[in-house]
Amino acid sequence: MTYARLPALLLALLAVAPAHADPIPPGERLSGAAFMSRETRTMQEDDFANPGMLWVREGEALWAEKAGAAARACADCHGAAEATMKGVAARYPAWESRDGRPVDLLGRINLCRVRHQEAAPLAWESRALLALGTHVAAASRGEAIAPDPDPRLAPHRAEGRALYETRIGQLDLACTQCHDAQWGRRLAGNPIPQAHPTGYPLYRLEWQAVGSRQRRLRNCMTGVRAEPFAYGDPAFIAIELYLMERAAGMTIETPAVRP
Amino acid sequence: MTRPLVHVPATARKGAVITIKTLIAHPMETGYRPDENGRLIPRDIIGELVCRYNGKEVFRAELAPAIAANPYVAFTTVATETGTLEFRWTDLTGKHWTHTAPITVVA
Ligand code: HEC
Ligand code: HEC
Repeated sequence: MTYARLPALLLALLAVAPAHADPIPPGERLSGAAFMSRETRTMQEDDFANPGMLWVREGEALWAEKAGAAARACADCHGAAEATMKGVAARYPAWESRDGRPVDLLGRINLCRVRHQEAAPLAWESRALLALGTHVAAASRGEAIAPDPDPRLAPHRAEGRALYETRIGQLDLACTQCHDAQWGRRLAGNPIPQAHPTGYPLYRLEWQAVGSRQRRLRNCMTGVRAEPFAYGDPAFIAIELYLMERAAGMTIETPAVRP
Repeated sequence: MTRPLVHVPATARKGAVITIKTLIAHPMETGYRPDENGRLIPRDIIGELVCRYNGKEVFRAELAPAIAANPYVAFTTVATETGTLEFRWTDLTGKHWTHTAPITVVA
């Protein structure tokens, strides 16, 4: 979907809005769940109605499966994800000292595939990578987002913030113009949320599947008719770092459900 | 790797109405959607879900192609006796997936 059919009035409003909207004060921050219908919220809250749980369970099975030349399972090194992975998704993206760069959670899982299992990395957005990521992230459900304090991340976060505030695409809109300045308003019938990445990977009804945070960001980029970054692009990791800092203290909901 | 998710209360009073919830990972491809090259993606849907309680059928649903992927089906039945509930999802080619859940019924 693109936002080409935006009501002209809102489009005009967005176009003249300053590219610098003020950040949302901490007390006014709301998860995307707050903008959903009661039915969708009920679906998210009921583990036996939330289709994201299918991915969590699939990930649980993969977690115990030996893979690669090393013939090791995630569980062989990490034990039960519910215990050992608690809080991990709340901290990512994190600094990866060996490569000297930030990695997000799905990127970290692939590093383990390659380095520790000696297996080929899983394709971005593949079912297996999403299932593992959802299983790992669900272990942080209910935990407060606590970004990695490593000072080497600071320039990447700053870059993420700059990207978030830069106008892009044929509609010439920055993330901040929708998500900080116009949240709560409707866009082609959908409420504009505040863009807090609290539920990823999550089940989107429109996708009829679980998808990653980067898939969501690609949707927003094509929505304003910009060329989306490729999966795994450092620019995406930078935006994710900034989004997680903006959402610090908010609660992880994985597997969330969104419309 | 289709693993159904089923919720059946572990224990119930005899005669109580119990709610059962089921989810199964499935694309529920309608057969009307074109792929990237414009060719129709073949229809692939689960047509039927049947639940048997100690061998006796207590619930049957026919699923239509218009149902969303990963179908969620909830229904109620009456707790009559201790035993097993067996669930069976069948697709249009006859392939099926099963799941069993125990239930203890107390007086
Ligand atoms: C034209 C307005 C608009 C712009 C610009 C925009 N988005 Fe969005 N965004 C939306 C809407 C609307 C949704 C809700 C989903 C939907 O209905 O499409 C959304 C959803 C999101 C979500 C999901 C939040 C959740 O609860 O899971 C995130 C994260 C997000 N956007 C980030 C961004 C980022 C980063 C950018 C800049 C690259 C951006 N958005 C640009 C309108 C916008
Ligand atoms: C041979 C042991 C081994 C295996 C197998 C393994 N890992 Fe790891 N994992 C590690 C080590 C060691 C680290 C610490 C970072 C590093 O040195 O790469 C780590 C780090 C992680 C982290 C980040 C934890 C944090 O606190 O930052 C995640 C998430 C993770 N692994 C997931 C997985 C998953 C998912 C699998 C299976 C696909 C897996 N690992 C397989 C050894 C392993």
